Order: sequence, then C-alpha cells, then structure tokens
Amino acid sequence: MNDRQPQNFWPPLAAGIGLGLALMGMFLFTGHGLGANGFFTRLAVWLAEVANPAWTTADAYFKSYLGKGHPLNGWISWEIIGVALGALAGSLTARRFQWKIERGPRIGINTRLALALGGGVLTGFGAPLARGCTSGLGLSGGATLAVAAFVFLIAFFAAGLLLSALTRKLWQ
Amino acid sequence: MNFPLENSGMLPVLVAGFFFGYFLEVSGLGSPRKLTAQFALRDWSVFKVMFTAIVVAAACLWLFDVFGWLRFDALKVQTPFYWAMAIGGALLGAGMAIGGYCPGTSVVGLFTGRLDALIFMLGMLIGTTLFAANFVELQGLYLGAQGPKGQTLPALTGLPIWLILLLLAALAAAGFHVGAWYESRRGGVISSKELSV
Repeated sequence: MNDRQPQNFWPPLAAGIGLGLALMGMFLFTGHGLGANGFFTRLAVWLAEVANPAWTTADAYFKSYLGKGHPLNGWISWEIIGVALGALAGSLTARRFQWKIERGPRIGINTRLALALGGGVLTGFGAPLARGCTSGLGLSGGATLAVAAFVFLIAFFAAGLLLSALTRKLWQ
Repeated sequence: MNFPLENSGMLPVLVAGFFFGYFLEVSGLGSPRKLTAQFALRDWSVFKVMFTAIVVAAACLWLFDVFGWLRFDALKVQTPFYWAMAIGGALLGAGMAIGGYCPGTSVVGLFTGRLDALIFMLGMLIGTTLFAANFVELQGLYLGAQGPKGQTLPALTGLPIWLILLLLAALAAAGFHVGAWYESRRGGVISSKELSV
C-alpha cells in the first residue's frame, strides 16, 4: 500500500446519510438548519462598517445587521469554524489536503481566478436576494419540506445545467 | 424529549458544523471540478449527496414529530418568495458553473488547500455589498410573489407527509440511476487521484 496516495472519496450514499444526520442534529438542537451565506453577509457588513460606517448605517439592507457586533457573536460564525475544522480533518486524515488553484486543464491561473471572482460576485448578490444559499435554503429548507427550498433548487440546477453548455470546457 | 432545544450555543453549532464540513469533504464537494461536473452531467455526486441528506433529515424529523419528541412548528421553515428565490437560485447556479463553488463549499474548498476559494469568497463579499447598495431598487423583486408563510410541500399539495417523503425518496433513487447512466458515458465520477495530479 502506497501511503502517499490520497484516499478516494466516500460513496455519495454514505456521505449523504452522514450529512442528513448532521443536519437533523442541528435542527434538534437549534430549531434551524445549517447555513453558510449568513456568515459572509455578516462579514460584509462588518467590513463595510470598518471601511465606511456612515454609508453602512444608512444602507437599507446592512442597517438591519448593525448592532449585532463582531461576526464571531453569531452562531453562524461558530458553525463555519466547525465546517473549516471538519474539512481540514477529512482532507488531512485521507491525505487529500493539497495547496493549489484548482482549474480545468485548458485554462490558466489568471483566467481561473477571474472566473472565481466573477462567480463569487453572482453568488454574493444572489444569496441575500434568495434569503439563503444552497445549504441554508436548499438543503435545510428541503429537510423541512419547505416549498421555498424546492423553488430555489429547481432554479439552481436549471441555471447551472443551461450555463454548463458554455462553461463545461473551462472545467473538463 | 422536547426537541428542538432551541440552543444555538457555540458547542452544538460547532459540532454540527464540523460534521457538515467533514461529510462535504469526504464526498469530494470541496472540489470545484467535481461540483461543476454535476452540471456537465458527468459526476452526479452533488445531486446524490444533497438529495440523500434531504430525504434522511426530513424522514428523521418526521419520525421525531410522529413520536411526539419534536415540535415541528417550532422549526424554521422559510416562506416562499417565488421571484426572489428563483432568480437568486439561478444566480447561485450560474455562480457555481462559472466560479466553481457555493458559499458552504467555498469554505470546504479553502480548508482543503484550494486558494481559488479565497478569491470566490472575495467575490461574494463584493456581490453582497452590491446587493445592499441596490436594495431599495430591488424591493419589488425582493418582496414580490410571496407565498403563504412557512409553506411546506404537504401544505401546498394537500398530500400526506409520508407520501411526499416517498416521492422525494423515489426522486433521489431515480437520480442515482439516471446519474449512473450518464456517469458511465461522460467520463465517469471524478476521483481524488484525478484531482491530485
């Protein structure tokens, strides 16, 4: 056995059952599901407040987040720290952790980073509009059978599939 | 038993977050190439993991409710805003097809050593600030086509919960089968070895 080879990923069924149980545990303890985008919203508010307090206080969306203080005061930040530790534990123990800029074989590093930035902007705009992200609305809402979650998921997969006609060659 | 405990304290949230990140990582969903291969129909891991998790969590919550251990009405159930959620969902689908991540998987990406995830996060901060800067102009879209408060699929369709759960499980099973068919024709599931070269 070669110890330097990364272990392969788990079968999706096993990992999905584990993820479902983690999600159930979150609901049983807290009454709400797992999230992710809320952390980035709070981080954006905090940075905006540092950079331009007058603008942030006057902003119609950000002002509802003010007074909540440092991002570490919210549960979502502790959850994200847990996500980071879980990802580290999984990748280090299976020798999958690797510093890199992951990209398809046909594009360069600068193109990849520009696309990462652009995709991030669309995501950062879309998630507060939808009032949640793939985890907070799609996955967690799905577990409570919320109609909202399935509206979100259908649009998410439809847009991804359509756009993939253009973007698949960037990745494959 | 009287769930939910409504305890969003540091420890339970940290532990649930740990397993969230762990199971995303072990299924390969920290990799943008694997995530976007779902949209190319080459690797169906995103659909399989996500729908398995939804069915397992929904079925367990339902059983806890049936046994009287859980107050289902104390759980957070989002209210549908059809336009905002459809357009927001489409933007996240586009964001993943172009940028390779969604918010949660970008955290897993960064903490498995993928520095492109950091740039994606920077983009998210810019996008959210742009949303906030245009929030007044977006009010019509943000609040339009609101559905009933906390509406669920059983409430929408009038079908019993167990039947909805069976239909979702059937959809998940169909996804596993259709996925396997595509995977065998479009280059196959992306392995960790393929990503490490």
